[in-house]
Amino acid sequence: MSRMREGGDRVLEVKSGIRDRAGLLAKLMIAPAILYVVAMIGIPFIMAVMYSLSDATTGEPNYRFVGLRNFGAALADPVFRLSLKNTFFFALVSQTLVIILSRVIATALMKEFRGKWLARFLIMLPWTAPISLGTIGWLWMLDSIFSPFDWTFRRLGLLGTPGALLGPMQNLYWLGQPGLAMASVVIVHIWRLLPLATVIQLAGLSSIPKDLLEAAEVDGAKPWRKTLEITIPLTVPIISIAFLFGLVFTFTDVTVVYVLTRGGPIHSTQVLSTWTFFKGIEGGDLAQGAAISLFLFPVLAGVAILMLRMARKREVV
Amino acid sequence: MKSVRKLLRRSGLYTLVGSFAFFGAFPFYWMMIATFKRDHDLFRPENNPFLFNEPPTLDHLRLLLFDTHFLQYLLNTFLIGVAVVIITLIAAVPAAYSLARWARGWGETLGIGIFLTYLVPPTILFIPLSRFASGLGLQESLWSLILIYPTFTIPFCTWLLMGFFKTIPKDIEEQAMIDGLSRLGAMTRVVLPLGISGILTVVVFAFTLSMHEFIYALTFISVSVKKTVSIGVPTELVRGDVFQWGPLMAGALLASIPVAVVYTFFLDRFISGFTMGAVK
Amino acid sequence: MARVQIKNVSKSFGVVRAVDQLDLETGEGEFLVLLGPSGCGKTTLLRMIAGIEEPTVGDILIDGKVVTNLPPRMRNIAMVFQSYALYPHMSVYRNIAFPLRTRGVDKKAIKEKVNWAAGMFGIEHFLNRKPRELSGGERQRVALARAMVREPSVFLLDEPLSNLDALLRASAREELRQFQKRVGVTTIYVTHDQVEAMGLGDRIVVMNKGLIRQVGTPEAIYQWPADTFVATFVGSPPMNILGEGAILTGFRPETFLPADFVKGGDGAVTYPFEVTWLEYLGAERLLYGNVGEKSHARHVVSRLPGNVSLPISAGETYHFAVLRSDIRFFDRESGLRTNRSPS
Repeated sequence: MSRMREGGDRVLEVKSGIRDRAGLLAKLMIAPAILYVVAMIGIPFIMAVMYSLSDATTGEPNYRFVGLRNFGAALADPVFRLSLKNTFFFALVSQTLVIILSRVIATALMKEFRGKWLARFLIMLPWTAPISLGTIGWLWMLDSIFSPFDWTFRRLGLLGTPGALLGPMQNLYWLGQPGLAMASVVIVHIWRLLPLATVIQLAGLSSIPKDLLEAAEVDGAKPWRKTLEITIPLTVPIISIAFLFGLVFTFTDVTVVYVLTRGGPIHSTQVLSTWTFFKGIEGGDLAQGAAISLFLFPVLAGVAILMLRMARKREVV
Repeated sequence: MKSVRKLLRRSGLYTLVGSFAFFGAFPFYWMMIATFKRDHDLFRPENNPFLFNEPPTLDHLRLLLFDTHFLQYLLNTFLIGVAVVIITLIAAVPAAYSLARWARGWGETLGIGIFLTYLVPPTILFIPLSRFASGLGLQESLWSLILIYPTFTIPFCTWLLMGFFKTIPKDIEEQAMIDGLSRLGAMTRVVLPLGISGILTVVVFAFTLSMHEFIYALTFISVSVKKTVSIGVPTELVRGDVFQWGPLMAGALLASIPVAVVYTFFLDRFISGFTMGAVK
Repeated sequence: MARVQIKNVSKSFGVVRAVDQLDLETGEGEFLVLLGPSGCGKTTLLRMIAGIEEPTVGDILIDGKVVTNLPPRMRNIAMVFQSYALYPHMSVYRNIAFPLRTRGVDKKAIKEKVNWAAGMFGIEHFLNRKPRELSGGERQRVALARAMVREPSVFLLDEPLSNLDALLRASAREELRQFQKRVGVTTIYVTHDQVEAMGLGDRIVVMNKGLIRQVGTPEAIYQWPADTFVATFVGSPPMNILGEGAILTGFRPETFLPADFVKGGDGAVTYPFEVTWLEYLGAERLLYGNVGEKSHARHVVSRLPGNVSLPISAGETYHFAVLRSDIRFFDRESGLRTNRSPS
């Protein structure tokens, strides 16, 4: 409603206020989030790209464009190449195992049994505790002298005596030997991401209507056929989402590697993220660090696209 | 015969679930043992590591609480957490509501866009952000973390909240507007109270996300007193080259368990929010 | 063409008795309807016949064989669920083929049978589509084709028409009945819709709270209800039930007419009928009102055929009557129909 005040200097228009204008209100409400994201993610991202094309260091932060030199230097560096390989290796191996194991747990958790709440709490613990602190627990468990695993192996005669299955030495150097160190990192990744994958798989399994499985039974399907032809196809989208999330978390992880091995021994557990940290932050070579980190981006972008495709694919039942 | 098969299947189930529960919980059991074991017991490789061979002690706890900055770490973490939650709510709640209700074309794209920024990792951002922080004179300050943590809480929480808000029927708001409220009024006085469960979940989630965060804290804070629990425990409980395992495990345990308990309570809500968001 | 026998079957979920000591037997090739309100146990009974639920007590026999402990796939039954339960990720062809594949039928035979079943229900032209691309009626026919492709000996249906809109439901009902007559398979059909039940069933089993109240042909159930529950559940509007003493009187609305129209038989009982409300429904008029003295007024409904043009208005009292032969008596305490009359 608008009214004109006659005889006055000003025309007074009374419109419905901002509180009712849907379009404007919507934009206002999204503004803080958008502004923040642009300022704190968008702009730094562009800056990272610019740094990677420069030769800036913390000592000399002045900008000088040098083209793709940093990327070339990275590819030539054997530590970088090792980090790249490790990043993929840790992510793919750990997540494949996580998907399989989480499927098993989720199937078990679909059933009713006593003490289920306790089981759930314990299974969820690795996810609910801070990553660095859980990893520190593992650091102590994988200690070169005091590991309880080694103690158990020694007691079982698998270690510590000449001719023992695992070797004559007193301890397995979990974090000191390249092969074992890599395995340790993979195990800790599995340990901490299993809960999340389980939760997602549970959601997927619960979303299959009971009807369908009963109809399949009436139609003559034995349990293996039900799983193979009904349960799995219908949960593929959500399994993919769990897999992709897990990939992202392991791909970009710094904490587990840093706390467990600092990237050692001799860079055998170095990953792109930790190498960026060591080179860019601790080492002060901003440009090189930025370049290394950007190698992650294409993979993450690809993962994002896949995730969106999968989310759309969920069958409307 | 049927009952024998049933029994076998049941025990198989318990064994399976038990193993996974064991796998998940064992490190914490380990932390607990180390927390209370005397050094003399702890550092003898021949001793059975799973049991107390000598009576338990409170020494490690004492050292942790009174000789280190652990309590300060907890305080820092708490302050940062609260501040980050507030910032997150201010940005994410209106954005999520707006995107859930009025998304038409550009709204949906924006929503996806915001979620995707979650996938830009700290690894790429921390180098430019560290220049930001030193430029603003914020290095070694809790404020640097308070300003930066929302980069992961806002995208994720907006997405979670979108899912929650979508489950509140539009009818209720329309009814409120007929009953005399403005659009904004309908949102604040009708929808938000209904969405409290979702908002609470987001509060817990944002708080724990900021508590778990490691890499930004490691990058921006090196002064001991200013550290958070997440970086303080792994980096400060070292004398020279030697880890002080007792107090270290105590710190890890104390900081993990309460959060775990609270988080578990909200797990169900979090799951439904997660899957609702995924269904879009 | 098999018979189904239910022997002393009970099913409890914790303390709740969903089905209570039921005995029932179908004829060969019979279309048997399980009718009752939600929660009466009809679906539970159906699921036990299918093998998806196990009875707590009792036995189920199909074709003379005890199947109580056998899983569904060994019972040679087919079932259509209320939601149709079509496999959403499979095409119509693969949906129908599924029950044959689980039995190891070879590809050529599968193709023949699927085409035959699809032809029976007129869905040959969208064998390649997925369920989500089909309408409700089309999905229902796919569910039926999938059920029949194995030529089962017993055919179970759980409210298969309730998801269709009203118009479609009537024609679907007719098609279903004709189909069953042609093929002659023993069919057990669950519904809460008594119009559907009356229209479809050879016999109807009326259930309530886990118990069978009556088994009979539609006519038997309608004209000679076994108790007040059956009398008021079947028939819309339900049978009028009045009386204060130990014996209750009941008569159907269409038998309660203006006294002038009620002649013959053993004579009629008249009532002063004060009409409080009228509904004009075209083919008939429903008159709601009270009979009896003001202090003992009882609410009754009369169903006046449309071609009776007697003017009736609300607020007036008329002389209405019921033929003695149309009156039924029920024992107040047990609800059962009785031959005694109120003295």
